Amino acid sequence: MIEIKNLCKTYGGFEALKSVNLTISKGTVFGFVGPNGAGKTTTMSILATLLAPSSGSARVGGFEVTEYPHEVRKRIGYMPDFFGVYDQFKTTEYLHFYGASYGIPRDERERLIPQLLELVNLSDKKDAYVDSLSRGMKQRLCLARCLVHDPEVLILDEPASGLDPRARIEMREILKELKLMGKTIIISSHILPELAEMVDEIGVIEHGTMIAQGRVSEIQNRLRVKRVLHIRVLDRAGELAARLKDEAHVSQVLHDETGIHVHFGGGDAEQSQLLGGIIGSGYQVISFHEAQSNLEDVFLEITKGGTEHELAQHVD
Amino acid sequence: MNWRNMWINPVLDKEFRLRMRTPRAAVSVLSYVLVMGLLAMGIIYVMTSGGMGQAGRIDPTSSRMMFYALSIAQLVLIAFMTPALTAGVISGEREKQTLNMLLTTQQSSATIILSKLVSSLGFITLLIVATLPVYSIVFLYGGVSPSQLLSVFIFYLFVMLLLGSIGVMYSTLFKRTMVSVIMTYGTGLIIFLVTGLVFLFALSIEQAQQYAASGPPQPYSWVGYVLGLNPAGALISILEPSFSESAFLVNGGNFQAKAPIPLWLEFVLVYAVGIVIFLWVAIRKIRPVRGKRFRPERPRETGGEATDKVMRKQP
Repeated sequence: MIEIKNLCKTYGGFEALKSVNLTISKGTVFGFVGPNGAGKTTTMSILATLLAPSSGSARVGGFEVTEYPHEVRKRIGYMPDFFGVYDQFKTTEYLHFYGASYGIPRDERERLIPQLLELVNLSDKKDAYVDSLSRGMKQRLCLARCLVHDPEVLILDEPASGLDPRARIEMREILKELKLMGKTIIISSHILPELAEMVDEIGVIEHGTMIAQGRVSEIQNRLRVKRVLHIRVLDRAGELAARLKDEAHVSQVLHDETGIHVHFGGGDAEQSQLLGGIIGSGYQVISFHEAQSNLEDVFLEITKGGTEHELAQHVD
Repeated sequence: MNWRNMWINPVLDKEFRLRMRTPRAAVSVLSYVLVMGLLAMGIIYVMTSGGMGQAGRIDPTSSRMMFYALSIAQLVLIAFMTPALTAGVISGEREKQTLNMLLTTQQSSATIILSKLVSSLGFITLLIVATLPVYSIVFLYGGVSPSQLLSVFIFYLFVMLLLGSIGVMYSTLFKRTMVSVIMTYGTGLIIFLVTGLVFLFALSIEQAQQYAASGPPQPYSWVGYVLGLNPAGALISILEPSFSESAFLVNGGNFQAKAPIPLWLEFVLVYAVGIVIFLWVAIRKIRPVRGKRFRPERPRETGGEATDKVMRKQP
């Protein structure tokens, strides 16, 4: 559905995007993560036909964005990271305006708009002026606006930014529904653990370069060289912690009241051997497990290291 | 055929609604009519207090002078109002962060630009129409024909279109409304003031040269062309057709001699080209990605993902 090849964007002498490659298949929810200024918004703006790339290709539904922007616009619903609303409109008028702007006939809009307001939980605000809505409501209204022409692709740039926890949860629930509806969604967010629950794939971008892309589990697996083992023993924890420091594949050992945290560089076999050795040495093990890394850890791990090439070298 | 749908596109509909929903719209109309009314009263006061014509009464000639004065005043007000109302139409949307969402809709660049322009000009037209009762004072005294009034109003529309298209162009080119407004007023100043000053300067030189020249007099002078670029000059030539001959310094000894072109006609022809260029630039520049003009037969990607299949799965 979305295909980006060698996409570059230069502002003056600054390279915002450096040969970005990305493929997102239909129905995928793609989490676009990266620190501020990494190139997420630039990539999304190019896909939304709002920015011309310096070089490279970006296609939505097979249509090159620079050649057939009209066709691309039919297929996308774009929600910018910062957006304004027409305050003097009522919510229904607001959606009518955008519906009409996409060429949807009035009678169809009359049928569609109550459904959209229901989807984003704003049915009770249908006659309210947009000005009177809270920020979270405006975000949801903007999401409804993206859906008014039933696009195949949703490009959502930080849709949860600036929202309180409740509004974030509401937004997340709506996005889950959209996922069930089969929409292809590109979503960027700083709230990475929230993304982990709903995205199929993530792409990590930093300094305009895609440094990792793939299924969340795949990327997590690739980073398991850095697994952290959490060990609890009945007694002699301090002694075990000191002893573990000399074990093979152990890079760091931390000991606190919750137990022993071991940064372990070995694989599954080495991990099993380590457990056997601890038990064989007479320690009474209560628990021995690998700490679950979430998407935030993955992100921090990747962006700490640098490029995909460097990462691959590290893995090897 | 639904005529409303044919003429009122979504952007125009939105602009009309939103503009009239703000208190600023009513305040603008009130202020404008108030200023025009005060000007008219001031002019009447000056004319009836013995300054012009016969003291204490207004004859048709005085009434016509009053109409001219009001028309010039209206032109000056239009010159002030139009940039203020048009120079922020695109940059204002950009500043309010609504432009990007508008640009991702199916509305064409031309529709967006022209609708914005038409809605702004529509509002200025409303202001001018609202001043018609002030003009009715002139009709009380006679001396002005309805056709003259109509010609002047059509000329106003053209001047509005000119300044409006300049405002919309700058509004598209510059991200900040303040810069766009300053540039529009600056360009307006060149059109209104600089052309007039250049004409006066050129006129003094030309008259001095004609006085010094010994050969047969030229049928007309080129300086009229300069005044033809000035809205006030063009307006006066509509009110007083003989003004074109005066501006071109047509040889007074030859009664058949005429100005090469009426000032208002030169004004309209020259600036019509300008309007087209300004609007063309605005339409070209509003979207960074323009694409090809023709529609594709089918997408290059296989799998039929880009068909017009509608995926209606509303909850």
